Amino acid sequence: MSPHPIDILLTFGLLSLLAVGGANALAPEMHRILVDSRGWLDDATFSQLYALAQAAPGPNILSASVMGMAIGSWSGMALATIGILTPASLLAWTVAGWLDRLRGAWWIRPAQAGLVPLALGLMGASGFILGEAAASFWLAPAITAGTALFSWLSNRSPLYALLAGGLVGVGVFGLGLP
Amino acid sequence: MTACPALTALDKPRRNALAARMSQPRVPSCGELFLGFLQIGGLAFGGAVAWARQVLVDSRGWMTERDYAELLGLAQVLPGPNIGNFAVMYGRRCHGLAGALSALGGFFLLPLGVVISLVLLWGEFGGNPWVGAFMKGVAAAAAGMALGAALKSGFRLKPPPEQIAAIVAIAALAAWWRVPLLWIILVFGPLCVGMSLRRALRVPKA
Repeated sequence: MSPHPIDILLTFGLLSLLAVGGANALAPEMHRILVDSRGWLDDATFSQLYALAQAAPGPNILSASVMGMAIGSWSGMALATIGILTPASLLAWTVAGWLDRLRGAWWIRPAQAGLVPLALGLMGASGFILGEAAASFWLAPAITAGTALFSWLSNRSPLYALLAGGLVGVGVFGLGLP
Repeated sequence: MTACPALTALDKPRRNALAARMSQPRVPSCGELFLGFLQIGGLAFGGAVAWARQVLVDSRGWMTERDYAELLGLAQVLPGPNIGNFAVMYGRRCHGLAGALSALGGFFLLPLGVVISLVLLWGEFGGNPWVGAFMKGVAAAAAGMALGAALKSGFRLKPPPEQIAAIVAIAALAAWWRVPLLWIILVFGPLCVGMSLRRALRVPKA
């Protein structure tokens, strides 16, 4: 039996407001609600769908769309996507409005500048966490380090480094190395 | 953020170059916003933050390094997808509701299409080991990209020493000790903003 559409919408709407720091921070909470509390998905399906969403380009928050599709097909996907995006976007819209109105205030620029360490620190941390998760074969940390140097020191598109990383992965697999 | 009127008399490449030199970024149209964020969303393997920096600061020059890092900091403190929030706020700043919808729509269009296709292909090719090996390599490289983007921004912005200490502490707490994000934001948000305000008060206003 598929859950009620309003229920799907509200569940993902609530998740949207819990997702401080993006979707990677959201995964444990999403698992708790969708698998343990609602029982809409089983454990194996959840982890496979999550990995699938991470393999795709774009924001990892789309793992919510993937879960919605597994829960309630196409309408589930639409409801989950709308649910996960709307509350957060409305909040961002409101904050952007305050920012606009407060533009002249002397403290707004230094206050915003104070958020730079959070932006850079969390960006670096996500690199470490993703790197650890991706270290599934012996050469993976070297790919991570090489790409970090490439995108730091070079102004070329990082797409080259991503492609190179993929090809190294295929090479390692093709040579039968662990 | 309004473009200098004299600039509009020049053709596009020269206008961009001049605007970049004057460090007065050009305001993109709704169509350009849509395409720019379409590119960010379509390229963003393993997270969109590093790609947003690459497209908005390096390749299109719509934002300065500082503008980008400040707005991103705010987008990360708010709940929801970081670059989704960023798209709403930057789009609103450029063209109000139309700008916010253009940026947000562009950002989600391609990834949503890809994710849906992936679910549909899931049963068919998910088990192919060659595809798996390629994706593992891409995932490792994507992690390096996030590290590289943080290093690049950090070295260009040259934050004051107390902010460098905060960056290192935040990265260590989040990556090494896996401290829940909410706590990091509740502690370091006010702390870093306070330090920054204190510095601004000590230095005479320019």
